[in-house]
Amino acid sequence: MTPVEFFTDLFNPELAFLPKALAVAVMSSIICGVVGCYVVLRGMAFIGDAVAHAVFPGLAVAFVLGGSLVIGGTIAGVITAVLVAVFSQNRRLKEDSIIGIFFVAAFALGVVIISRAPGYAGSLQQFLFGSITGIPDSDLYVVGITGLAVLAVVFLLHKELVAISLDRESARALGVKVFWLDLVLYVLVTLAVVISVQTIGNILVLALLITPASTARLLTDRLSVMMVLAPLIGGASALVGLYVSWSWDFPTGGTIVLVLTVAFLLGWFLGPRHGLVGRLRRGRGPLIDDTGALAPADGAAVLAGAHANVPEPVDGGRA
Amino acid sequence: MSAAVAAAPALSVEDVSVELGGRLVLQQARLSVDKGELVGLLGPNGAGKTTLLRTVLGLLRPVGGRVAVEGRTAKPGRTALGYVPQRHEFAWEFPICVADVVMTGLTGRLGLFRRPGAAEWEAVADALERVRMSDLADRPVGQLSGGQRQRVLVARALALRPSLLLLDEPFTGLDMPTQDLLSALFVDLAREGRAVLMTTHDLLGALDACDRVALLNRSIVAVGTPDRLALDPAPWMSAFGVGPESALLRVLKATAR
Repeated sequence: MTPVEFFTDLFNPELAFLPKALAVAVMSSIICGVVGCYVVLRGMAFIGDAVAHAVFPGLAVAFVLGGSLVIGGTIAGVITAVLVAVFSQNRRLKEDSIIGIFFVAAFALGVVIISRAPGYAGSLQQFLFGSITGIPDSDLYVVGITGLAVLAVVFLLHKELVAISLDRESARALGVKVFWLDLVLYVLVTLAVVISVQTIGNILVLALLITPASTARLLTDRLSVMMVLAPLIGGASALVGLYVSWSWDFPTGGTIVLVLTVAFLLGWFLGPRHGLVGRLRRGRGPLIDDTGALAPADGAAVLAGAHANVPEPVDGGRA
Repeated sequence: MSAAVAAAPALSVEDVSVELGGRLVLQQARLSVDKGELVGLLGPNGAGKTTLLRTVLGLLRPVGGRVAVEGRTAKPGRTALGYVPQRHEFAWEFPICVADVVMTGLTGRLGLFRRPGAAEWEAVADALERVRMSDLADRPVGQLSGGQRQRVLVARALALRPSLLLLDEPFTGLDMPTQDLLSALFVDLAREGRAVLMTTHDLLGALDACDRVALLNRSIVAVGTPDRLALDPAPWMSAFGVGPESALLRVLKATAR
């Protein structure tokens, strides 16, 4: 199928679910891309995974009762996030163990609840792997408004979220409310996951959070640029993924994730500064990290001032 | 009252006792640091050095006694107090440049939803100038060397223009020339009218640079000028729990003259 045919299908009234799926997938990718920057930079991938699983009982309850999936998932995700944040205050257990306990428990609860519902196997599969059909119009608004709210909070709390990500103890000493900001961040991750679960599914949603932000990190050393690149990469991958899945009748969630992964690999190999190709051109070994490990001796750095540790000029001179 | 506040030392730790997990970690610790003074806090691992700093920051509440910064009880975010944590506490792989890190030192003062303005950027520029990192302001922090990283953390603490600066083991993992440059910086910061308190395991460096040295083990065992303390092995043996034949005392003897 050519892109033009895909484009006409988008406007075919008999395929009304297709533009809706595209809109939700792209909006989800943008929101997950922005929130995912914090998830990646703070090493919260496991929390992202946990929240993705933890929304499941809420979805199951909403499904059984015929309520809104977004609201059900959000409630379940937030409850789990709060439990993790509170229980993590006990320093005897590490946070990842607490997360492991609660998210598996939540997921198990979801499995038990949904087994009570008729048509159990089919709906389970739909939750786990996503579906592009049957998105109600109301969900478009819910996703849009929730997404804007999430982005607004990220924007308003940017300076605090950066401060606690850099160094929690100093942030605390500066009077920043670290516990509450952690909680806000968990809730933001939950909301980003919940609005994405419909199209991409419970298990694959982690990719929307982690992969575009990681790809963006390979391309830049600036957080502001990263937070623009990640949603761009996510949104474009959602568009391409939906097109491919529609053309070849592949499952949508899986296809989008595979497109994201290709984008990540391209970033890894072709990234301007950190990419494999860039390193080889600079004549360095491919896997040496140039952040920190190769920093120069301090005496030399002080004497050389600004010139210390500037990468060698790369182009031209070789020929 | 204002006269009393003006006369108060920059930092006074008055008989402070602190409990952690039901265990008394600090017992009636007593220490004061004046403006213009660099004080080294020495003690073995687990002596309570970091606990003392965290109590001064207002992050731990003492079960007895009081901490006063310029005569007032310190509260996180309310007191102009600069804190320089150990380098490994900081996420150096974060994609952020030097100037933006220094700006995070003003997060608490700015408050929620407010963005930095001209006055804040000026404070950041001054702080960078003070540690001689202005030419690296746009450099991603991940690319800095250990000594440069330490200076960025000092600049972040200076952005608040604090009268009291707390440094937690600033020399750990740095080579001697870098340590020398940093101690010279800390002495200068003190001479400009700040009170500077630093914990360290580097006995020689502390005896060389500090105006006074305090020995801590649960409580302040001794305080004095390096010259005076180096002559008296008893408090060192008590604070570090070492015998008269220990390497620590031989080193001490070598410096005392």
